[in-house]
Amino acid sequence: MQDRNVGSGGAQIVVEGVSHLYSPPTGRPVLALEDVSIEVGPREFLALLGPSGCGKSTLLYLIGGFLPIETGRILLEGQPIAGPGPDRGIVFQHFALFPWKTVRANVLYGLEKMGLPREQRQRRAQSFIDLVGLTGFEDSYPSQLSGGMKQRTAIARTLAIDPKILLMDEPFGALDAQTRHLMQSELLAIWRKSPKTVIFVTHDVQEAVYLADRVAVMTARPGRIKTIVDIALDKSDANIAKSRAYIDTVDEIWGLVRDEAIKAQEARVSP
Amino acid sequence: MSAVFRYLPLVLLAAGWELAARSGAVSQLAMPPLSQVVLAWVEMVRSGELIANGASSLWRAGAGLALAILVGAALGIAMAWWRPVNAALGPLVEMFYPMPKSALIPVTVLWLGFGDGSKILLIFLGCMLPVTIGAFNGARGSDQALVWSARSMGASRLRMLWDVVVPSALPEMLNGIRTALALAFILLVSAELIVARDGLGYLIGYLGANGTYDAMFAVVLTVAFLGFAADRAYQALMQRLLLWRE
Repeated sequence: MQDRNVGSGGAQIVVEGVSHLYSPPTGRPVLALEDVSIEVGPREFLALLGPSGCGKSTLLYLIGGFLPIETGRILLEGQPIAGPGPDRGIVFQHFALFPWKTVRANVLYGLEKMGLPREQRQRRAQSFIDLVGLTGFEDSYPSQLSGGMKQRTAIARTLAIDPKILLMDEPFGALDAQTRHLMQSELLAIWRKSPKTVIFVTHDVQEAVYLADRVAVMTARPGRIKTIVDIALDKSDANIAKSRAYIDTVDEIWGLVRDEAIKAQEARVSP
Repeated sequence: MSAVFRYLPLVLLAAGWELAARSGAVSQLAMPPLSQVVLAWVEMVRSGELIANGASSLWRAGAGLALAILVGAALGIAMAWWRPVNAALGPLVEMFYPMPKSALIPVTVLWLGFGDGSKILLIFLGCMLPVTIGAFNGARGSDQALVWSARSMGASRLRMLWDVVVPSALPEMLNGIRTALALAFILLVSAELIVARDGLGYLIGYLGANGTYDAMFAVVLTVAFLGFAADRAYQALMQRLLLWRE
């Protein structure tokens, strides 16, 4: 159950003894992460699962290079992380589309930064817009799209620059249940077609089990890795969510998360 | 049809003005009949007097405002993005903002004389801060996730400022510019009334002192119309620039 956590040589991302103190603009600093260590292999789909406020997004932002690493270290293919870069694409819960740009212009943005020739940019943008099913909405502004369409645009924008690693911060958390299910299976389909390393932050146990190869369960604040669960399910099975193995795995992980969710609740009631 | 109704009060006001002056209810010295004002206006356009003075006024307002927008926007965004800039300039902005800028009219004249320079400087100083504050607040409100997205797609820090922070600041900055636009007209006319050798404000003062009230009213109406037209045109431009919002 806890095997690839340590010392498996071929890791693409190595997180080692990382702690992070979050200092809000007002109030006392909070220890968001405490001594977190984890390794992620190439083309692995890892879910970071935990109650809200457990620092799972913080860990993602540290890997993304958006926050400074204060304690411990994070290596990406052997090199310490120094700032954000196009090798790590990110998808946020609230889409983070440029509202003043159309769908096409949003997808083109990263391609322009890559310095691709104009025609190639256009072709590539179109192919990713088609991939996420937004053909015909190229000239719409984000404000004219539904939540699901916005997130499709954000995913197309990130995939278009072909990052080696996909960081996803509760990407389906703001969507309604039906859209969420659809997007989950589409993400799996896309990932199966061109596997990338994915680190997927969520507080939804079913989502984590459905999508990930491994699920890292985090504790309530300060966030630590409580345990890592290997998901041994056949992801190509369309009816996986109805299988005995799936339901058992969800139960098992829910048991692990439950205590932490309760602790997180209590922490909020009496700080 | 609705446009006719919309401007009906204006038509009634014009008719009331004409009637009040013609009937003798109001002295024609205090308020010449509108028809006479219109005739004076046509005469001043034909002689070129109105066009020449108008052009010089518009040049002053335009140049002052353009400078205010460029410098004000850059300042506001720099203050929002670099803490030392904010620490150095924030208190100055706060102190200077509520000051009535017309008090600077003699100062700018002292520095730059009676010509265009002093008016342009006055309008620049008076109009800059609303733009600065709008840009500052707008830039402050830039979404962290947008900033990070741009950076993760390979934008440098400076590039990101231009690609994300400037457009994020745009809506509030455009509101600040609208305030600045109105201020520009106020400052222009006051400065020209007090110390100038040409311009619409100067013309109003000059004609008033000479007792040619119909012509003076014609220039007052011209200024009022210019202010209205500029605001309308600006609103249309703003709407186009912010088309991406719902």
